[in-house]
Amino acid sequence: MRTDIFAAAHGSEFGFNLVTDLREMWQYAFMQHAFEAGTIVAIVAGVIGYFVVIRRSSFAAHGLSHIGFAGAAGAVLLGLNPLAGLLVFTTGGGLAMAGLGRKAAARDVEIGTVLAFMLGLGVLFISLYKGYATQAYSILFGEILGISATDVWVTGIVAALVLAVMAVLYRPLLFASLDEDVAAAKGVPVRALGIIFMVLVAITTSIAVQVVGVLLIFALMVTPAATAERLAKRPAQGIAIAIIVALLSTWSGLFVSYYVPYPVSFFITSVTFGVYLITRLVIATRRRVPVARP
Amino acid sequence: MNAQTNTTTAASPDVIVAKNLTAGYRHKIVWRDATFSIPKGEFVGVLGPNGAGKTTLFRLLLGAMKPLDGSIALNTDEPRQGHAHVGYVPQRRPVDDATNIEALEFVRLGLNGHRWGLDRGAAKERKTAMKALKAVDAEALARQPLSALSGGELQRIFLAQALVGDPEVLLLDEPLSNLDIRREASLVQLIHKVVKERGVTVLLIAHDLNPLLPVLDRVMYITNGQVATGKPETVITSASLSALYGAPIEVLRDSRGRLAVLGIEEAAHAH
Repeated sequence: MRTDIFAAAHGSEFGFNLVTDLREMWQYAFMQHAFEAGTIVAIVAGVIGYFVVIRRSSFAAHGLSHIGFAGAAGAVLLGLNPLAGLLVFTTGGGLAMAGLGRKAAARDVEIGTVLAFMLGLGVLFISLYKGYATQAYSILFGEILGISATDVWVTGIVAALVLAVMAVLYRPLLFASLDEDVAAAKGVPVRALGIIFMVLVAITTSIAVQVVGVLLIFALMVTPAATAERLAKRPAQGIAIAIIVALLSTWSGLFVSYYVPYPVSFFITSVTFGVYLITRLVIATRRRVPVARP
Repeated sequence: MNAQTNTTTAASPDVIVAKNLTAGYRHKIVWRDATFSIPKGEFVGVLGPNGAGKTTLFRLLLGAMKPLDGSIALNTDEPRQGHAHVGYVPQRRPVDDATNIEALEFVRLGLNGHRWGLDRGAAKERKTAMKALKAVDAEALARQPLSALSGGELQRIFLAQALVGDPEVLLLDEPLSNLDIRREASLVQLIHKVVKERGVTVLLIAHDLNPLLPVLDRVMYITNGQVATGKPETVITSASLSALYGAPIEVLRDSRGRLAVLGIEEAAHAH
């Protein structure tokens, strides 16, 4: 697929006209698919990511993606679709983490230990498979330009399901995430919500791996949401900002990579990181001088 | 057992009624055979050494655990989770420097956080939340992120969130810890004002009795596996407090008749 993009980009030059540039890009099916899947994943990652960040379970999300690596590699070895392996492994991992309770999801050492083992397992699976280098590369760092029309459909359906569940859970999950004890006292089933949410994280991770790969999941799921948390004082605004940052980074990453022969994931991670950095710097410089309060 | 409490509380203005109540976990009884009743609109201080079972009482009232024996009724009902009549402020809250949610939205969760589905009726709920903030003199903090608030300000916001659903009973678990003396006194006065204005019954867990002395209607001591309640003037004596804590505690009275309790903090932490 990498050769395809080089062939496509060969002779195409940046035209300073967004409309004609995009029209030219979208002549290629793989660019269309990349934009479609990238857009879907950015929206879901923004929504789920906001809750991952306010629940302080970003390392758990990171760990899940590594568990997914073993699943994807195993699926490749068995001749199955890597997405299937990702879904099975990340969902299993998510259920296990949620089953241990929310505090367990914050235990870095345990998650890190399992994460390392899963990466090791993934390496074994990949080495048993003949097409070692390319497969490992695309699972680890994403291969958005290799997304097929079927992948786009699967991604879209999965994403619609995740968003539908989130629409139902929205307020109780917010309450349980920000204020677990009071939410429980108000009759919110915090434990069940925790389990369902980890499954949603697992599913989102699986579809996001196609875009940025297991190692760079943070860039789509956590960094935009962390930016949003710093900027927004209302949850709905926070979710909107997380989606916008994830979308802008995915779109600009795809756009730039059409002209420049470097990986899309690099551009996506650079944009989300840049936006996060600027946000923190601006907030730090604008922070008012503390005054005595009653 | 439930029917029995129903008949006894129906005629009385008591909000909380416990009969021969024993609380604990499968292998450990925390306290036993407590019988007490708390009338509507009282400000009750819940005191006792660490680990004596003060929070256990709250867990029973919140329906988070069941009595091992005896009964407890809240407005003649058996306590259950999601009871609309109870406002709750737990001991520790997860607010760090990245928690950028504004106070108003946080208070609003107390109103609709348990409802499934998307956020509807936000404008009306924000008005109700604003009223709750006004009741605790914190309107000015409505748009402030939680991370920017001081300990005393946060306690006001938590109180507003507990009040927003218009509860009849407020359970406050150590709201005074980590506050300096001035903020302690002002929060106590504020809670006192709410009790009187709204007719809310307050149970407040505290380590130090002194900031509460001017406003308490009733004192509840939980210690040595027992629960004792009484009016402040009968319970707050050197003899009864020393007996309760099993350590020398002095109650002093100054020239204006004000009480001060010495030695209770040390006794509470020694256990």
